[in-house]
Amino acid sequence: MTDMFPQQIDVALSVNGEAVEARVPAGRHLIDFLRLDLGLTGAHAGCEHGVCGACTVRVDGRSVRGCLMLAAQAHGAEVWTVEGLSETGEIADLQEAFVARNALQCGFCTPGMLVAAQELVASAPAPTREQIRERLSGNYCRCTGYEAIIDAVEAVAQARAGGAAR
Amino acid sequence: MPEDFAPGPAPTRFGSNSGQPMTRRDGVAKVTGAAAFAADARPEGLLHAVVATSTVARGRVGVLDVAAALAHPGVLDVMTPTNRPALAADPDDKPHRFSFRFEALQDDRVRYAGQPIALVTAETPEAAAEGARLLAPRYEAEAPRLGFEGGVAYAPETVGIGSPPQFSRGDVEAGLATAARRIEAHYETPAQYHNAMEPHAVVAQWDGDRLILDLPHQAPVLGRAMFAAFFGAPPENVLIRTPFIGGGFGSKALVTGAHVLAVLAARKLGRPVKLALRRDQMFGPVGHRGATRQTLRLGIDAQGRLTALEHRSDGMTSSFDEFVEPAANASKNLYAAPAIAVSHGGVRADIGTPMAMRAPGEASGSAALECAVDEAALAAGLDPLAFRLLNYAETDPASGLPFSSKALRACYADGAGRFGWAGRPLEPRRMRDAQGRLLGWGIGTAQFPATMFAAQARATIRADGGAALEIAGVDMGQGAWTALAQIAADGVGLDAGRIELRSGSSDLPDGGIAGGSGHTATAGSALHAAGGDALAKLFEIAAADPASPLFGADNAGFVARDGRLRRRDDDSRSESYGEILARAGLSEVVGSGAASRPPSVAEACAMFAHGAVFAEVAVDPDLCQIRVTRMVGAFAAGRIVNPLLARSQLEGGMIWGLSFALHEEAEHDRVSGRVINADLAGYHVPSHADIPALDVLLVDEADAQVNPLGVKGVGELGITGAAGAIANAIWHATGVRARRFPIRIEALMG
Ligand code: FES
Ligand code: FES
Repeated sequence: MTDMFPQQIDVALSVNGEAVEARVPAGRHLIDFLRLDLGLTGAHAGCEHGVCGACTVRVDGRSVRGCLMLAAQAHGAEVWTVEGLSETGEIADLQEAFVARNALQCGFCTPGMLVAAQELVASAPAPTREQIRERLSGNYCRCTGYEAIIDAVEAVAQARAGGAAR
Repeated sequence: MPEDFAPGPAPTRFGSNSGQPMTRRDGVAKVTGAAAFAADARPEGLLHAVVATSTVARGRVGVLDVAAALAHPGVLDVMTPTNRPALAADPDDKPHRFSFRFEALQDDRVRYAGQPIALVTAETPEAAAEGARLLAPRYEAEAPRLGFEGGVAYAPETVGIGSPPQFSRGDVEAGLATAARRIEAHYETPAQYHNAMEPHAVVAQWDGDRLILDLPHQAPVLGRAMFAAFFGAPPENVLIRTPFIGGGFGSKALVTGAHVLAVLAARKLGRPVKLALRRDQMFGPVGHRGATRQTLRLGIDAQGRLTALEHRSDGMTSSFDEFVEPAANASKNLYAAPAIAVSHGGVRADIGTPMAMRAPGEASGSAALECAVDEAALAAGLDPLAFRLLNYAETDPASGLPFSSKALRACYADGAGRFGWAGRPLEPRRMRDAQGRLLGWGIGTAQFPATMFAAQARATIRADGGAALEIAGVDMGQGAWTALAQIAADGVGLDAGRIELRSGSSDLPDGGIAGGSGHTATAGSALHAAGGDALAKLFEIAAADPASPLFGADNAGFVARDGRLRRRDDDSRSESYGEILARAGLSEVVGSGAASRPPSVAEACAMFAHGAVFAEVAVDPDLCQIRVTRMVGAFAAGRIVNPLLARSQLEGGMIWGLSFALHEEAEHDRVSGRVINADLAGYHVPSHADIPALDVLLVDEADAQVNPLGVKGVGELGITGAAGAIANAIWHATGVRARRFPIRIEALMG
């Protein structure tokens, strides 16, 4: 394989809390690296040009378009995907609220939506519905569950704020 | 809700599961990322294919630099018309009405921009993409025929899939001649692309002469037959696995050239091949909603009653195949005009063939009809809702038949109440919001046929008292896996948690097509019947067994509930499924069911779901920027199997209606014929910020005729009515009647 691809790059990073070392084609996007090389297929590629948000993952604490970042750029980074966030339980309340309100239909947008929603709720306690709309507008849902997604995220934000107040 | 939904050999309770707002059974898999979509498959030895697509709309592919592509490291194969392995069927044949012509490198002709012209297969997706780029195609291009002006008009023999292009009842010209007022208006709707979030993808692998496809497909058993035909294989040698579809909306019901080429590459190279379309290719060989130009002529008498309704729609189709948007049919069954005429024309151009897209015909036709009806209400000096009530059709205007059920009055009343419609000023430009924006209120009526196709299902009641239900059904997001499980569980008298529903694979009994809003009714009826058949067999065993409390109960009959058969006339005499099977020494009993609508039912009544959509818009008086600020939809669609899921379908439909009204349009370059906004930045699908507060009301409606379940379907209903409601609200806000969709700022600038 190595001979076939002169343009290979070695990367070392942390993915969902585990150290990962790999040799990747220089042009491989982070989303393809996660899905293809690591089998983390929760985040999806919907547009591959940064618009739809289906590929949203967390890199060094911020949500990032996996289709706009090269795997090589993630060298040394800490990457979290929906799989890891599910395992740690960090987004359990959001996941539960999404299911309860049916804020997902085909579910293709959902993993990216959840990562973006978690960033929002963690950074802005008690956002208004307008603020949620604004902040999640980089994540498209064609099905389209927008009303339900706002309901679910609002409910979690309020529950968390209430919990913090107690 | 009746305890026993229908008389028959195996009456069962219908209601302990159906009607409940159960959360979706695939919910956890989808929120954790565990749900596997086709493109997630990674079989050993996987190769990656990229289809090269044409950048001109008409002509021939001249030169492809195959050598350069092959020289790129990792590229294994370049397939072109010169070396493409033979297929057992011709992609240009049309063996039945569900087959559409497609391009699988059968020749070097280019018939539209975005058509496949080569397939590059490589060890990595990056190498395949680079190989495709290195092909650097050169064309012998011809001037494309584009648009209504540049295309070739013709008279189609059918519209949609097999519908007659014309219909009339009564004398429209006489009705118009005697009318006190006449309205004539022209409307334009654009080309739109489905753009499901999941791009079309396939992972194809051959295991000897068996073909296994991970492929999102809205009709897996039909799709299996099509692939089998192209590869000269018996259908049972082809397996389509489609457990989850990342949105279909009509675009994933066919076989495309890219799919077929990927399968060929997998066979040629002896390794599994994955192909996923790029987003720009989602504006290519996957169908779209064809553009229309529509003219409506309405006559009304002095009181505002319709005397005639004429709806003409001309629709774009491709140069080589036919799908003409059946838009004018939207006027056949809704308003009580004594004379109705609808007709369609076609225009052929160098574009891909249009295809069914969420509410094909109804969406485009409803947008025009609801605007024209509003224009007629204005001419009559009537409130738009009052006008619709005055022209309410008590029987089907097209056939004169009764409706199987029609709770549209209740939809109008409930929706208007929730919205606060009363007191709406008749004249435009009378309302402002706190920021000084012009406010307008509009209404549109929703209507969609209650379709049924044909399906089969199998039910196996097991010795442990549980059951397995099997059908090649399709969950493309609508929630079929959940709703069908609810119906199936009722069919076997068990709680949904006690049944296993096997679905989403082409080796199961044919569940028909997930489309036309008919899947729940069709597949659900088959599952319910299969359960009933299995229960009847179980009852036969028990009634013949002297040791059973049900012995000799043949004539009394039974009901099934909570995993027990009970004497119909004596609830205390019952036995569990497991006990009956155990004593008979059986491990299971298997029943089968089928569903389709008997012609006698179709001939006896007209069957539609209905609704009323209300919209408020705010328009900036200086900048003319349009914002929808709230929407209310009230819908009656027979029995609602799962209100939680149905609400999502209707909300989604209303958002599609908003998108139709204000956002979506694929624009073709006049010279090259390419879609110039073929991405999600330029082609506007709505984002969160575009969508206002939505309110969906589910209106009770019992329907004993539409099918034994009383289910009508909600997948497409929400988009109808919604686009018209918004257009009408824009008129009410501004006094400007925009008749071209999507309605943009420039339409409102004086
Ligand atoms: S796939 Fe990355 S934003 Fe759409
Ligand atoms: S659930 Fe289908 S795209 Fe969001």
